[in-house]
Amino acid sequence: MNFSSKLLEDAVNEFARLPGVGKRSALRLVLHLLRQEEAQAVSLGESLIKMRKELSYCKSCFNISDTDICEICSDSSRDQNLICVVEDIRDVMAIENTQQFKGVYHVLGGIISPMNGIGPDDLNIDSLISKVNQGEINEVILALNTTLEGDTTNFFLFKKLKDANVEITTIARGIAVGDELEYVDDVTLGRCMINRTPYETVLAR
Amino acid sequence: MHLKKLSLVNFKNYEHAELNFSTGFNCFVGDNGGGKTNLLDAIYHLSFCKSFINPIDSQNIKHNTDFYIIQGNFELNEKKEQIHCGFKKGKKKQFQRNKKEYSRLADHIGLLPVVLVSPEDTMLIQEGSDLRRKFIDTIIAQFDRVYLDKLISYNRIISQRNALLKKFAEARSFDKDAIDVWDEQLVELGMVIHEKRVAFLHSFTPIFKKHFEFISQGKEEVSLEYRSQLAGENFKDVLAEAMAKDRIVQYSTAGIHRDDLICTLDEYPIKKLGSQGQRKSFVIALKLAQYDFLKSEKGYRPLLLLDDIFDKLDPSRVVQLMELVNGSDFGQIFITHTHEERLTAVLEGIDDVKIFQVGGGMVKDYSAKSITDDAT
Ligand SMILES: [Zn+2]
Repeated sequence: MNFSSKLLEDAVNEFARLPGVGKRSALRLVLHLLRQEEAQAVSLGESLIKMRKELSYCKSCFNISDTDICEICSDSSRDQNLICVVEDIRDVMAIENTQQFKGVYHVLGGIISPMNGIGPDDLNIDSLISKVNQGEINEVILALNTTLEGDTTNFFLFKKLKDANVEITTIARGIAVGDELEYVDDVTLGRCMINRTPYETVLAR
Repeated sequence: MHLKKLSLVNFKNYEHAELNFSTGFNCFVGDNGGGKTNLLDAIYHLSFCKSFINPIDSQNIKHNTDFYIIQGNFELNEKKEQIHCGFKKGKKKQFQRNKKEYSRLADHIGLLPVVLVSPEDTMLIQEGSDLRRKFIDTIIAQFDRVYLDKLISYNRIISQRNALLKKFAEARSFDKDAIDVWDEQLVELGMVIHEKRVAFLHSFTPIFKKHFEFISQGKEEVSLEYRSQLAGENFKDVLAEAMAKDRIVQYSTAGIHRDDLICTLDEYPIKKLGSQGQRKSFVIALKLAQYDFLKSEKGYRPLLLLDDIFDKLDPSRVVQLMELVNGSDFGQIFITHTHEERLTAVLEGIDDVKIFQVGGGMVKDYSAKSITDDAT
């Protein structure tokens, strides 16, 4: 691409570095911003700078937060001794949407995957262990993705926490609501048969 | 089990094709490069969710188009099974059974077993051990769903473990906890896979010997020897012993991913000593044993795809092979051949034959010998 302006070229190159954005789409976005009111582009730029510079992580759960301790962690109506371990903020948002969980979270910031250069030291694991070792926590719920890497991270955490005086559970994995049994894959159905739940607990919901 | 109808759109050199098959012999006749093997490949695709010639889906699309469709109407245990495979450039492959999309392609493997015999099969004994492991894995995966899942996980862990070993070497460090979490899972998976391979070869080898004896008329003694570092050992110990070496070479040197199948003829490795004819007989016996084994495990007959084997085999072996496949042991068969007259001679006296003239992406069904009607 040949640009008539260095300023234009710089902006296009910056956009094109975003995931899923090619040079052509980048140019379209930049030209769009140029056609808008100046204030709009300035407001976009300022919010990006502010977000990147001022945004911080909750010192307790490592979720993205504007304050030192996030809203969830500082909510006294939530059970602070029930911790749900998740990979990132998207999982917090998903679980919060269900309105079924009244504990707090611990955001790992990823899962173990040497192929992606991520080892246990790159994740917020030590802080979870010391939180548990303080002895107040009743239950740790492992809620990572059911991929091999997610399971491996669950296993790693379990090995680190199993000697502490804490209950370690993992979220149920099984048949989606509304699915017909005959179409459920063998592995999932097999797990569901092994991990049955008392009928009374189903009635309670 | 049999395939009643195959429809193709933009698959390889076919813009559009529809074939109605006989439940017995189906022959694709025509010059090389005309698309005979592509028809076998399409049938294979409906069984294994991928091509045996080129596993890259986008390269199987006809030139200047951007999608392909393969559809097959099967009959399995008197029930109709419609399999639909659609691929569009840049999209995820669609694979449906009776209009219901599979969530994982692996769930389809084994439903419609297919055995392919092709001239490339001699690579099985001549090339590296990975082809022989794949041969074993492909058979077991078709009747044991858990096996395929464990194998996929095992291989993924090996990749992760190798990445970790590299990272250790680069950082000149070692973290026991970080590697243990992979190794403990690896041991469990590896032991199960090893046991299943042992059990499989225990029942497979006698079937193979019987077939080889028939093809070679009992002139030579053959055997299959399963070689594994896990034989008689605890995988955990094997892994621990290999650790020092693994750290130096920066990849995993111990496990079932290093297994091999030693093929012997009169107690010598056939790789080194066998004649070309002996090797061909050996691999055909392997494939026919695969067929027999799957048939007894599944309780129904797989489809048999014979690619170009009559051109490459000597006449006496062809006669014997035909004797074998014409017996009641085999179900539906698909054959490719370049010379129609020679094929007709081979098929002399066999009922239930359908011949398709293939060339330039076109298929003409012109046989009058067919006993199945094309009403479907
Ligand atoms: Zn928090």
